[in-house]
Amino acid sequence: MGRFIVRRVAGMIFVLFAISVIVFLIFNVIPNSDPAQRMAGKNATPQLVASINKDWGFEDPLPQQYLTTMKKIVTGELISYSNQLNVNEQISKGLPATFSLSIGAALIWMFFGVVFGYLSAIRAGGVTDRLLTVVAIVGISMPVFVLAAVFLKYLAYDTGIFPSGGYVKLTEDPLEWVYHLILPWITLAIIYVGFYSRVLRSNMLDAMSGDYVRTARAKGLSERQVMRRHVLRNSLIPIVTLFGLDFGAVVFGGAILTEAIFSLNGVGDYAYQSTINLDLPPIMAVTLFGAFFVVLFNALVDIAYAYLDPRVRLGESAQ
Amino acid sequence: MATELQPAPVDAPHDGAPAGRSPWRLAFARLRQNRVALAFLALFVLIVVFCLAAPLWSTHVAETGPNDTHTLEKITVNGEKKDVVTPDGQPIGPVWFKAGGKFFLGADGRLGRDEMVRLMYGGRTSLFISLAAALVTTLLSIVLGLMAGYYRGWIDAVIARGLDIIWAFPVLLLGIALGTALAVGGLQIGPISISGTSIWIPTLIIGVVYVPYMARPLRGEVLALREKEFVEAAVAQGAGPLRVMFGELLPNLWSTIIVFFTLNIANNMLLESALSFLGAGVQAPNSSWGTMISTGFELIQSAPLLTILPGAMILLTVLSLNVFGDGLRDALDPKSRLRLEVEAHSGLIEPEGPAI
Amino acid sequence: MSARAPVLNVNDLRVGFVTEGGRLQAVDGVSFDLAPGEVLAIVGESGSGKSVTAQSIIGLTRSPNSRIEGSVKLHDEELLDLSEGALQKVRGARIAMVFQDPMTSLNPVYRVGDQIVEAVRAHRRTSDGDARALAIEMLDSVGIPNPELRVNSYPHELSGGQRQRAMIAMALALEPEVLIADEPTTALDVTIQAQILDLLKRLNRERNLATVLITHDLGVVAEVADRVLVMYAGRVVEQGSLDEIFYDPQHPYTWGLLGSLARIDQARTQRLPQIRGVPPSLVGLPAGCSFRPRCPHSFDRCVHMPDLAARADREAGHLDRCWLEPERKRELREVEGRIGLEEPA
Repeated sequence: MGRFIVRRVAGMIFVLFAISVIVFLIFNVIPNSDPAQRMAGKNATPQLVASINKDWGFEDPLPQQYLTTMKKIVTGELISYSNQLNVNEQISKGLPATFSLSIGAALIWMFFGVVFGYLSAIRAGGVTDRLLTVVAIVGISMPVFVLAAVFLKYLAYDTGIFPSGGYVKLTEDPLEWVYHLILPWITLAIIYVGFYSRVLRSNMLDAMSGDYVRTARAKGLSERQVMRRHVLRNSLIPIVTLFGLDFGAVVFGGAILTEAIFSLNGVGDYAYQSTINLDLPPIMAVTLFGAFFVVLFNALVDIAYAYLDPRVRLGESAQ
Repeated sequence: MATELQPAPVDAPHDGAPAGRSPWRLAFARLRQNRVALAFLALFVLIVVFCLAAPLWSTHVAETGPNDTHTLEKITVNGEKKDVVTPDGQPIGPVWFKAGGKFFLGADGRLGRDEMVRLMYGGRTSLFISLAAALVTTLLSIVLGLMAGYYRGWIDAVIARGLDIIWAFPVLLLGIALGTALAVGGLQIGPISISGTSIWIPTLIIGVVYVPYMARPLRGEVLALREKEFVEAAVAQGAGPLRVMFGELLPNLWSTIIVFFTLNIANNMLLESALSFLGAGVQAPNSSWGTMISTGFELIQSAPLLTILPGAMILLTVLSLNVFGDGLRDALDPKSRLRLEVEAHSGLIEPEGPAI
Repeated sequence: MSARAPVLNVNDLRVGFVTEGGRLQAVDGVSFDLAPGEVLAIVGESGSGKSVTAQSIIGLTRSPNSRIEGSVKLHDEELLDLSEGALQKVRGARIAMVFQDPMTSLNPVYRVGDQIVEAVRAHRRTSDGDARALAIEMLDSVGIPNPELRVNSYPHELSGGQRQRAMIAMALALEPEVLIADEPTTALDVTIQAQILDLLKRLNRERNLATVLITHDLGVVAEVADRVLVMYAGRVVEQGSLDEIFYDPQHPYTWGLLGSLARIDQARTQRLPQIRGVPPSLVGLPAGCSFRPRCPHSFDRCVHMPDLAARADREAGHLDRCWLEPERKRELREVEGRIGLEEPA
């Protein structure tokens, strides 16, 4: 297991490096305009542009520029020229909201995804299955920000059942924290519940026609025992990997849109504000950190997967 | 209870082998039986036709363009004169045909533009970007997948690594990064210079961002196919790399490609609308359903339709593509169809036993 | 036939499936008895219905798409009428089954010992500790070295042969009366095959374990079987004792199977004879004898399906499904000094 972790980490470091190079290329090299002008944003004055040019070293050779840029981001020196705020500080402030949203939604969609997927699989072809399939397909076809907007209008503004946005810290008031997050949680979860239930259903149907399921039946196990101990257990394993991939993408993807609509003051909201204003430094930092997070989280999931599936863990010592 | 098998006539082919039908004919027949998938295909076609009819509607019915503002004007509804936009900024709601088709779905906010016309024109932009980006993704994925799978070795290592790295970026985040960076400056590819506000920018961005999601599975399939005898046979006959890649390997990939392509258009539409909503996609003066939601959201409380209408169009388009794409997948891969028919008690044994 | 009451009595078993291509009759009227301690081999190519027959005995083919008719009796109890719950009590405890590929037939994420314990505890109220002790004992009895260690291994950590032994151990843990082995050696190396067959023979002797052995390999049959059932296109085409089948086969298909066996006394450069043609698709079988399209000896009577009967004055237990006269059969089956299936000269 140790060797597995070491190899995984080594691969990860290479990927992180490559990501940083790509972020650098995207923001400073590929676009066809003056980099200093770009960084300066909306309030660009000639003096500002000139000082940015010097500060960021845009006259230097590219590798040097890369180092300067990375240093700025990583050491927290990056500031947005539109509002003079320190980017890393803003990101840190937004993390609690973003994680509250993402983790809460993830727990909800995993729970319901597994339940619905299980029901769909054991009653494949029946009414429950068809209904859940419809819910699933509509869920993955729905633009999350539209759903959020509809919820906001009808369940918050019009009827006042839920607050119309804003984030309350968990440490300040747990009940308000939950209250403000329910609608965002549901919005985000709906999109993913459908997808996960279908994946579990598909995995289970595959597993059900597997040889070891036939053996389990031949041993005299009840159908329920067969489903739970053999079909479900084996079907959940790929879901773990899938979740790992999705969670990273959600935190810095779907969550952005939900935060924007519900004004949750998280990292996503910050990214949204910066995007509207075409304020590049924050976007650059969020992109870099976002990708880093995905890679790190995936590595963790891989290790967890190796723990769950003995074939992977013991792969090197088989036979 | 049990029905007797009808014996075949004596002069029928003795060996009992079924008449041959090509996999494509079989798939087509299966697809034709899938009413639901076909219905949604029809819905998609309807939506496309709706958007293509934009110039007709705008010229002959609404008599206005998508960007023409009518803030201070009044229109005649059932004989009464009404403000297109009231003094406190409230746009008129759906008028339907009461003013001869003008402002059929109302006005789009303070600027007083015709929502129906904008919906149709915006749809054209969204559909164009989604389709064009899908073509970009598909082409790049085919090339990369074939090259990586055929040559293997270091070419594969480089391509696979590259795909992994792009894949590490959350799709929306990468789209935002590229969208904002390129919106300001535009792009220069060799001699071709693309302005930051061109719709080719979001097209290329979306096209590139999704490449790993298609290229990786294709690469996997090519690697598997590579080992099969017909490839060896072609190489032994002296076929060069291009012949093998495009003549032997590619034909076996079409069913995967078609399904991915269809589903990719759906994903592209969702990504484009999200990016445009955030301001990193379609840029002014162009508009798409995503940008319409962005401006509509400002008036969500007083004029929710401005958000809901383009949102519903996106939902219907993506839904129809997803359902049809699923139907395609089922038609092309019979095993997945069989799964749907086998209930939990999967006791169905294949007629063919283990190969001897 | 033995005078003792049979353990298993299968009478006119029919199993049909509804598939995309049409109605498919996988098993069409199979009957046999299994005496206590007897080893019955069911032989045939893929598509012959042998696996479906075996699996239908314990109801594994029950599904909304399948139609099962006829009778399967364990002693005097009719299994086909049992509810699923009642049948679950029979499976594993009174009739156990072992399958072809132990790598896929054992759940890869559970330890071997745990899977045996699961089987035991599904039928008996024993403590986990007792069940584990039984598991270790069973692994030992099938010849797995270091059973106390191996009981904690995952399937992929064992060799192919050990996996199959573990499957057998799991099947016998509850001391069933009947063991059904569906191609237990097909997925194994030839040398391991011999070991597993020895194991099955030993277990059959030691425990008086009635065994149904499904296989396509006549070499396997010769090793272990007491009686043989030859199946083709869902029907039995010949059945009899081992000696009868090998030395006095009555059906052309059996001749073909015997003729295609490689023999040590054959010249190496001689081509190995095959039965020409392919097994038929079970959807839309032609009328008459199912083997007719591939049989070089067919004649006009063969457009009618022969019944399964003992022809001429032979042992009442030796049945076949061929219209040819017994003397003709004796002439036709000799090809170059051995039994085979060839065109008449």
